[in-house]
Formats: sequence, C-alpha cells, structure tokens
Amino acid sequence: MKVTLFIPCYIDLFYPQVGISIVKIFERLGIEVEALESPACCGQPAYNTGYHDETKEAAIKLMEQLKDAEAVVIPSGSCGAMVKVFYPELFEGTEYEILSKEVSSKCYEFTAFLVNRLGVTDLKATFPHKITFHDGCHGLRELNNKLPPRVLLSKVKGLELIEMKEAETCCGFGGTFSAKFPIISTAMGETKCASALETGAEFIVSCDSSCIMHLQGLITRQNKNIKTIHIAEILAQQ
Amino acid sequence: MNAIALEFKKNAVRTVKDLQRRQLVKTALGNFEIARNDKVARFQDWQKARYVAAKLKWEALENLHANIQRLEENLKKNGAIVHWAATAEEARRIVSAIAKEKNARLIVKSKAMTAEEIHLNEALEKEGYEVVETDLGEFIVQLRREPPYHIVFPAMHLTRYEISDLFAQKLGSQPTDKAEELTMIARRVLREKYIKADIGITGANFAVADCGVISITENEGNARLTAALPKVMITLIGIEKVIPKLEDLALFLPMLATAGAAQLISGYNTFYSGPRKNGETDGPQEYHVILLDNGRTELLADPIERDALRCIRCGACLNVCPIYRTIGGHSYGTTYCGPIGAVITPIMRGIEDWQQLSYASSLCGACAEICPVKIILHHHLLKNRKIAATKKPVWWQKIGFKIFSKISTCPTLWSIITKCGRLLQKLHPLVKGSRLDPAYAWTKERDLPPIAPQTFKEWWRSKK
Repeated sequence: MKVTLFIPCYIDLFYPQVGISIVKIFERLGIEVEALESPACCGQPAYNTGYHDETKEAAIKLMEQLKDAEAVVIPSGSCGAMVKVFYPELFEGTEYEILSKEVSSKCYEFTAFLVNRLGVTDLKATFPHKITFHDGCHGLRELNNKLPPRVLLSKVKGLELIEMKEAETCCGFGGTFSAKFPIISTAMGETKCASALETGAEFIVSCDSSCIMHLQGLITRQNKNIKTIHIAEILAQQ
Repeated sequence: MNAIALEFKKNAVRTVKDLQRRQLVKTALGNFEIARNDKVARFQDWQKARYVAAKLKWEALENLHANIQRLEENLKKNGAIVHWAATAEEARRIVSAIAKEKNARLIVKSKAMTAEEIHLNEALEKEGYEVVETDLGEFIVQLRREPPYHIVFPAMHLTRYEISDLFAQKLGSQPTDKAEELTMIARRVLREKYIKADIGITGANFAVADCGVISITENEGNARLTAALPKVMITLIGIEKVIPKLEDLALFLPMLATAGAAQLISGYNTFYSGPRKNGETDGPQEYHVILLDNGRTELLADPIERDALRCIRCGACLNVCPIYRTIGGHSYGTTYCGPIGAVITPIMRGIEDWQQLSYASSLCGACAEICPVKIILHHHLLKNRKIAATKKPVWWQKIGFKIFSKISTCPTLWSIITKCGRLLQKLHPLVKGSRLDPAYAWTKERDLPPIAPQTFKEWWRSKK
C-alpha cells in the first residue's frame, strides 16, 4: 500500500517532528509514503471565516494532487475534517463535486487510518509517562474519532492514560477564532489546562497540533507544570 | 467594527474576567450535565429519539402552512380568539389592545421567550400597566431589571446571597441563605399578584394542530396560576412551535424535560384548549392566542437556515457550549443567547449587525451533539459566516486569504516565506506581546512556537 501524506501548514512550520514520526511509523510498517509538496494549507482558515472563493484555490489544488492517491493521511482531525467533511459541502453542485467526494472517501485522520483502515493497534512503542488525552473537536465530532487514539495509546508500554473531566471540551483554539476573540479563546484554554493539571499527568496528548500550539502557548506563558505532545511522536518512540 | 459588535466584545471580556461568576455558572452547568446524562441514559435509544424528534419537527415545518391553519380552526372551535402577528410591533399592539379593552391594571406573566423577544414588558410598562413575572428566575431578573441569563434558567448566574439581598432591598424581606425561604418570599408576593391580576400572559412549548391545544411545560405551577386565575389569558407563541398531532407530545415532552431540565418529565405539563366553558368553575373567561412570526417565515423560506426553526428552546446547546460557559448569557446582547442565538439572531435581526455572534465560536460542535432535534448548529454558524463574508467582505481579510492562498499553493513562495519567517522571528522578541507585534492577538496571552530549524517539507526534500 502507498499512503499520500498531507502535512498541514502549522505542522510543517512548527512541529516537523510530527510528520517525521509519521513517516517513520509508516516505513516501519512497510508502507510506502509520499508527502505532498503543495499546497501547504487545506484552506480551512478562509473557509471558516466565510471566504469560500478564497478557499477553493488551495482546495482544488489539494484535491487534484490526491486524485490518484490510494489513501490519504492527514495528521489532524481539524484539517482531516476539512477535506473529508467540508470539501464535499464546499464543492456541492460544482464540477468538482465528484472529485471532492472521491477524495473525501479515501481521506483519513492519522490514528483512524492506523486503527480503522490498517487494523494496526500495537506499534510496539514505549513511553513511560502519565498522560491525559485532549480530543480535538473536529476529530471527535466531525470524524467520530474517539476510540482510535485511545486504542493506540492503550498498547504503548509504560504509558498511563488518565482521562481528564474536560477531555471532550474544546480547548478554545478554533482557528481564526483564537485571534478574533483571544480573550475568550485563552479563557477556554485555561479551563482545559486546569482540567488536565487535575489529573497529575505529565503530558497532554492530542491528535491535533493546532490545539497543542494553543495549549502549549498558554502553558509556556503561564509556566504551568505540564507538557504537550502529538500522539504520533509517542507512537514513534521505541 | 459596529457598535453592537464592540459592545459584545466588551461584555464578553468583562464576564471572562469575572472568575467567580464563571465558576458559579460552570459548577451549575457541570452538575446539570451529570443529571442530564443520567436521564438521557434512561431513554431506550436517545439517538433514535433525537432522529424521530428531528423528523417530526421537520415535517411539521414542511407543512407549517396547513398545520397552522388547522391549529387556528381548532383553537377557534375550542373558543379561543386567534391573532396573527407578523412583527414584534404587531404582537405588542395586540396585547396592548386587549389590556386596554379589559381596563386591565395588573398583568401576570409566566415564562415566555417570545415576550422577551418582542420586549413586551417594557412596552406594557410604558403604557402604565404593572407587569409581574411569576417564574421564580424571571421574577428575580425582573427585580434586577435585567434580561434572562439563560433560556431556561434565567437567574442561574446569581447566588442565593445575591437573591436574598435583592429581595431584602426590593421586597423588604429578612435576609436568608435558604433557597426554600427565598422561594416562600417570592411565593407570598406572587400569590397576591395572581389574585389581583386582570390578565395572565404565557408563552408555550408546543401548539397541537389536530386538536387546537397549547402545551405548556413548567416546574413551579406558576404558569397554571397565571392561566387559571385572571379573567383573560393570552398565549404568545412563535409559529414554529406548531406540531400536527397530540401523540407527538409523547416524545417531545420527555425530550424537552431531559434536554432542557435534566428531568424525565417536567413537574407540570398542561394543555390549554380554550376559555372556561359553561358549567366549568375555573379558568379564564377569554383565551387569546397570538401566533408570532417576527422573522420566522423568512427563516423558513431560507433552504439552508430553515432547520434552525426545529428548535424547541430547551437550552441544551447553551448548557454544553464552552463559549456560553465562558462569556455568559448577557454578553450576547440579544434575547436568544448561546449557539441557537448565534445561529438565528444574525438571520432574524440582520447579519451586518449580529455576525460577530456567528464568529464568536470555536465550532466545536458540542451543541449539535446534544441538540434533541438535531440542528447542526455549528455548521449553521459556518453558513452564517459565509453569508456575512459574501454580503459585506472585510477587504483586508479577503486580500489576506487571497495572498495566503497564493503562497500556500506555490512551493517556491512557501519556501521563501518560511525562510523570511525564520529571519523575522529573530526580531520578534523586541515586540513580542506588545501592540507593535503583528501576532499581538496571539501573543498577548500566549507564546508562539518558533519556526523549526528544518521544516517538514525541508526534511522531506533532503530525505528524498
């Protein structure tokens, strides 16, 4: 099998280790990986702000790159939902409708791909730490991706998952929302961090680097005693 | 940014900083959530119930024209007087005309979001009528001269101490920290009012077309007294509340109770079908039903937004909304707050003035997940944003997204921008977190991660 990997813009720039971890995991599983050079972004910021025409250029380019892909993996529930759920809505009734549905049907969030498509649950990873898991909203509610990350984490040696009370509550990132309403966004982030800290975990783990960017930004600024890490980085550790 | 949007931001920031109030609301809604989940679990199949409820409401709306005519016919058969109000102003005029004709002085009211929507109390008070809210929460916020904080729990933002102080100040009662005593104080005041009132005004939860029945759900018995004691009863109901058959309530009443009040069934569910009949000993002598449109047919005519009319005003979406929990009900500045308010207000009151409500969301979807009639609220927020951006695009956003799109689709440009970003971020500490910082909206309260020494794309190219 060959996987086409779409690395979202913020992972490319700020968290390359997430993408590198994923490539390593796939290589270990004997899966051929091809990473897309362009576009850099799925267009979600423009789409979520209501600028659909400005979304289409990147979306069409991405879909055309993925036309012949066997399976598409996106290490983000948010960008994954954009391609899987919102592209078909964006292109409904246009010449790209069929293509958007085709791309949607072969697109997976990273953990969902491992568990639901490949049936892989044990990556023989070791991570001897207490962690708590943050469900990114799009992964959880648009992609119904509650179980795959937990199944994968349950097989990691030494890892102890302590669920926080607010596991399913939004962290407050919300894309452009975080910049349009920073005070509301960070207040939500503080609620999330407080809930994570209650568990006594050393790490907040998530499938979404965008949530992590927001939470880690708050944690660093406020000197909180917890770290963040993307699930792929844990699964790649041996 | 328009004045309403600025006011919204200002109020939101004020509530965000009021940590005590936020904690109060969070704790109350947290406890509510536990109780609600318990009741949801008692449904044989909650998801199926949601599916059926959504379908019934959808069908009711698809045939609204026929349903509402049948409702009118049957209400008339039962002896009610039916009024149609296209606008808020018309509805106020109808109520005012009835009050004038009856020489009314005192009007009691049970909880009605429609009355809040048309600002009925203010209008009646201006004309010299005394209007008294009889729902305990509404009674409290009326004494404070403020709008309800929540569709279902109007005074949830207040502590019993604050309520005690309020009662002491406004009603001359002794201070107490016991909820039961506070209830008794309000009850003593309200019983007097029921007896003396000339008119009772209610809202309604459902209107049943096939038998001309208005269904009102409550927990305090105040709506019953409001309906039964005064000589004239007026029900103000939004036209979207019409359902075709009485048997549908077998599903809707428990769902409303569960989603809205964490109850299997609410304390009082009463069907009102008309005035006192010959030989009956109680009930109003005259029953008026006002069918309120006020923008609803516009919403109905909109194929994209119309399913927001399925809303049964249970408030479930507010309870789970992390934005509502953070900024509180008053920040919204309009009658319907929370996710449903952020969906319908911009459509009903004007997208240009109210679009900020649709943008003030992280689109997390907790609202859609709980909505008993399956309104995909957060997708509606996206649709509102599209309407806003199409109708009146913000020029710098439009250009910004266009430029970003060009950069994002051109590998060479992306590469150059990455390198420039790396250079510029060396200067970032000079302005970080200050007004001069281009990333101020982010960096005021958060740190921004640095661009990696080697981005993923750079690593991938080197690997290949």
